[in-house]
Amino acid sequence: MQRRFVSIWFRQLLSDWQLIRRPELSGVPFVFAAPDHGRMMITAVSRLAHGFGVEVGMRAADAKAICPGLEVLDDKPGRPKKLLKGLGEWCVRYSPIVAIDEFAMDGLLLEASGCSHLWGGERGYLKEIVSRLKSKGYSVRVAIADTPGAAWAVSHYGTVTPLIPAGAHVDALLNLVPDALRLDETVLAKLRKLGFYQIKSFIGMPRSVLRRRFGDGFLLRLAQAIGTENEVLIPLQLPVAFSERLACLEPIKTRNGIEIVINKLLEKLCKRMQGEGKGIRSAVLTCYRIDGKVVQVDIGTSGASHDIRHLFKLFQLKIDQIRPALGIELFVLDAPKVDDVEVPQEEMWTSKPGLDDKSVIKLLDRVAGKVGFQVIQRYLPAKRYWPERSILKAVSVTEKPTAPWRIDKPRPTELLKTPAPIEVMAIIPDHPPKFFIYKGVRHIVTKADGPERIAREWWLDQGEHRDYYQVEDELGGRYWLFRSGHYGVENKYKWFIHGFFA
Amino acid sequence: MNAKKELFQKLQQDILLWQGFKPVASGKAERIGLGDIEDAFPGGVFPKKAIHEFITVFPEHSAASDGFIAGLLAVLMENGAACVWASTSRHLFPASLSLFNVEPERIIFMDVQTEKEVLWITEEALKCEGLAAVVAEVNNLSLIESRRLQLAVESSGVTGFILRKDENKTASTVATARWRISPLPSQSEDGMPGLGFPRWQVELLKVRNGNPGNFVLEWAGEKFQEIKKIKKQPVWSEMDGRQIG
Repeated sequence: MQRRFVSIWFRQLLSDWQLIRRPELSGVPFVFAAPDHGRMMITAVSRLAHGFGVEVGMRAADAKAICPGLEVLDDKPGRPKKLLKGLGEWCVRYSPIVAIDEFAMDGLLLEASGCSHLWGGERGYLKEIVSRLKSKGYSVRVAIADTPGAAWAVSHYGTVTPLIPAGAHVDALLNLVPDALRLDETVLAKLRKLGFYQIKSFIGMPRSVLRRRFGDGFLLRLAQAIGTENEVLIPLQLPVAFSERLACLEPIKTRNGIEIVINKLLEKLCKRMQGEGKGIRSAVLTCYRIDGKVVQVDIGTSGASHDIRHLFKLFQLKIDQIRPALGIELFVLDAPKVDDVEVPQEEMWTSKPGLDDKSVIKLLDRVAGKVGFQVIQRYLPAKRYWPERSILKAVSVTEKPTAPWRIDKPRPTELLKTPAPIEVMAIIPDHPPKFFIYKGVRHIVTKADGPERIAREWWLDQGEHRDYYQVEDELGGRYWLFRSGHYGVENKYKWFIHGFFA
Repeated sequence: MNAKKELFQKLQQDILLWQGFKPVASGKAERIGLGDIEDAFPGGVFPKKAIHEFITVFPEHSAASDGFIAGLLAVLMENGAACVWASTSRHLFPASLSLFNVEPERIIFMDVQTEKEVLWITEEALKCEGLAAVVAEVNNLSLIESRRLQLAVESSGVTGFILRKDENKTASTVATARWRISPLPSQSEDGMPGLGFPRWQVELLKVRNGNPGNFVLEWAGEKFQEIKKIKKQPVWSEMDGRQIG
C-alpha cells in the first residue's frame, strides 16, 4: 500500500495556546521568555509582537525597547511537548499513528495511509484538519506526501500546494530551501556558503561527495525526505494489538446508544479473538466526546474470555460512569491485556464444579466490576497460633492452601474483630470464671474447657499472652473467653470475650 | 371424578417442583444428613432449590446458625463446588468451618459496605449454577427482595441461606423454610467434665407445604445427630427477661 504522511505545523503553538486560554491578550503583543545564562531570552513570539520586529532568540530587554507595552510571559521547559501531546491525542481521530515532530517541537506527524478516504479524499482530509484546528484557535500549515520528511518540508516551506500526489514528492522538494530537510544549523551554514540555495542544486550529487562535506546526518535526512530511508514514527499511543473503533455520524448521548456501540465493538473484537484463540483479561473503552474531553471505563476479568455476553454484562455495570455530556463521537475499545483461552469441550465434558468453574469466574468478574475486587476474599490457613493471624487472605481465586487446616484445637464460629472486655468472677486463680458479665448480661458458667495458652508473637508486638477458656453458660451459649496476662495481685490481668461457638 | 383427582395430584406435584421440592424418587431419597428433620419437608426431602431463612437476633444464635449451616454446607459442597458468603458485618471465623468438614478455602467471602450490595451479590450468586450455596447476612428482607431471590433460586438450583438479624416482620418473606437455631447446653459423654458436642434447639418455624417442628440436634464431630430424649431445658425464647447486671 502507498504510505502517506501528514505533517501539521503549528506556526505559533505557544502564543495560540495562550490566546485560547486568555482571550484578553488578543490586542496585546506578548512574548514567552526563559532565563538563559542570566538573561531572559525570548522563546516564542506572538503575531502582534512579530509585527514590531521581535524575533525568537532576542533578549527580552531588547524586545521591550523595540516594542513598548510588550508583555513578557514565563516559559516553562517542556511545555510545547505537553501541548503537542494533548493535541496529538486529539488527532487520534484522524489516524491511529500520531507522532510529535521531535526536530522542531512545533508540529505533529501523522501516518495517514488508508485514512483519508473516510473524509472524502486527501483534500477533504486536510481541509478537515485545518478547519477543526482553526476553530480551536490554532493556525496551522499542513501537507501530505509520501514520506514524513517531504510532508514536513512542504508544510514548512512549500508555496505551491500542500497536497503532494503519490510519487511526486521528490519534484516538490526540488525548489525548496535546504532548511526544509531538517538539518543542523552548522550544515545549513555550510550549504549556504557553498551557494546551495535550493535542494535541486545538490540532490543529484554523488553520495560520497556529500558525505565527505556534510556528514552522515545530512545524507540520512536527505534519504528520509526522498524515501530511500525509512523513517520510523514513534506513536504517542502505542497501538494495541486488539483494538476496535467506532466513529458515530451523530453524537451518542443515550444509554441505549452506548449499549449498542459496546455490543458492536465487542462483536468485532471477540470475533477476531476467537479466530486467534485469545481472550480479554482487561479492556478499556475510551469515549471521545464532542467537547474534546475523553472518558474512559475499564473492566477486568479473572480469566481470559471472549464471551460477548459476559463482557457486555461487565461493561453494563460501568455504563453509569460514562458521562456523555453533549455527545460522544468516537468509541475505541482496546484490550491491553489478552491471554490464551483454553477452549473447553463443553459438550463432552461438563465442567467440574469448583472455584475455577466458568460460571463462578464470571460471577466474580461481575462482582469485581460492580463493587470492586477488594471485597472478594478467600482465606487460607497460616501456620500461626495467634487467632487473628491464623488465617491469611488468598491472593488468587485458584490458590491452594499449603498447609492443612488445624482441627485439633477448638475455634469459635464467630470471632469478634477486637476482643471485648468483660467482668468476671473467678474463685480460684487459673480456673475458668464462675460467671461473667458481657454487655450487661450475667452469664453463669456451667461448663468450661481450658486453658489454652497462646503466646504473643513477640517479634511483631509487645504485650501479654492469652489464656483461652471455652465456656458454656446455663442456657447453652458457648463462648471463647481469655485472660490476658498472669494471675496476680500486682499484675494487671484482664478478661475478654473473643468469640462465640456454635 | 377419578380423573379430576389425578389432575389435582399432578398439579400439586408441579407446584412443589416449581417451589424447589424434588419429587420423591422411588426408593432412594437424597439425604442431607438431618435425619428425621427431613421428614418435615414435603416428600421427606430437604429442598435444595430453595431459600432458607434463619432468624438470628443474638450473637449466640447466629453462631449456632453458622454452625448448623456449615454442617449442611459440608453435604452440599461435597461435589467440590464453591460457596459465596455475602455480608456487611461478618464475624464468621473461616478457620472454624473445618470443624464442620467444610474446606474454608472453598468459601468466597464478599464483605461489602451496604445491605443493597449484599442483596445484589446474593441474587447474582444464586443465579450462578456453578455454586453449591449462597449465604447472606442481612438485617431484614422485604417481600419483594425475597421473591426475587426465590425466582433466582428456582432457575439455578443453588441453595440460599439468609441469616436475618431482625425478628419482626417475620411473616413477610416467601422463603421455603424458616429456622431458628438456639444453642442448648451440651452433654458430655458419661458426665465427663468440660463441653460436649455443640447442641442446638432447631425450631423449624415455617415450611411451605410441610410440617413445622421442634428438634434437638447435635453436631457429633462428623455428622448431625438428633437427640430424642432430653430433660426439659430452658429455651431461649422463654428467657427474654433475663437477669440484667
